[in-house]
Amino acid sequence: MIPMSYYLILSSILFSIALAGIFINRKNIIILLMSLELMFLSINFNFIIFGNFLSDLTGQIFVFFVLTVVAAESAIGLAIIVVLFRNKKSINVDDIGGLKG
Amino acid sequence: MSTELLIFIFFSLLLVFSALKVIIVNNSVKAAIFLVLSFFCSAVLWLLMNAEFLSIILILVYVGAVMVLFLFVVMMLDINLSNIKEKFVNYLPLGLFIFLVIALLLILFFDNQFSDVDRNIVTEINILNDNNTMNLGYLLFTEYIIAFEIAGIILLLGIISSITLTQQKNNDNKYQAPHDQINVTKSDRLKIIKDEEFRK
Repeated sequence: MIPMSYYLILSSILFSIALAGIFINRKNIIILLMSLELMFLSINFNFIIFGNFLSDLTGQIFVFFVLTVVAAESAIGLAIIVVLFRNKKSINVDDIGGLKG
Repeated sequence: MSTELLIFIFFSLLLVFSALKVIIVNNSVKAAIFLVLSFFCSAVLWLLMNAEFLSIILILVYVGAVMVLFLFVVMMLDINLSNIKEKFVNYLPLGLFIFLVIALLLILFFDNQFSDVDRNIVTEINILNDNNTMNLGYLLFTEYIIAFEIAGIILLLGIISSITLTQQKNNDNKYQAPHDQINVTKSDRLKIIKDEEFRK
């Protein structure tokens, strides 16, 4: 039986890699979305780990809903990127300052 | 060293490697391929934790649908990689710093925090039998039926919004023009013809 802390350490390493990816790839917005996917993956890992080690299936139910929401989110995000590229001819994050935020 | 531990170590190392490649690689297509590899590795690790249904779903839905969507978008966009590449090194120390701080924090927190957790601390009230898919389906269609329907509505929302965002104006199609419809006046629509004029 593998100890629970091994899985938890793996998921935390995955989360910090994804967080570092957001800081490193500040130019390419598609890789930013991919880092977000990695983050959601590590969160799902935590749900499944605790669900498994506490013998409770609710964790897996939550992973199911998280997967649903993430699928919708990435579809809308990619649609926004397509529209943005059509208007600006670039996906560089620095060029997207239209709202002057 | 048991077989389970060997499988865990192999696939977790592969998972960390492919996740690192996702954020380091400059080419977006390669990054998407490595993301597929990391999803595959985590599906194997989920199998080790008795989540059979979700690991199959991760392969079928994620690798089969969402990642293909990513690849389509990456290939549709004609990206100039040269100016993306040059400032990559500038943010590397910051990224490394963030990675080390967060990873150390989380590892120190998780290391011995849950080592004494009792596997049967929650009574196995949800477990019907050994079939993971059947148990999940039972829970999903009884206790979580409203959440399940809301998930369906969220997917519908995703479809509608992504179609309306990417739809291009085409002059052959017929559209409503609400602005013109609101600003119409009585004289545009109605023409009063006097009775004498009509007889002429």
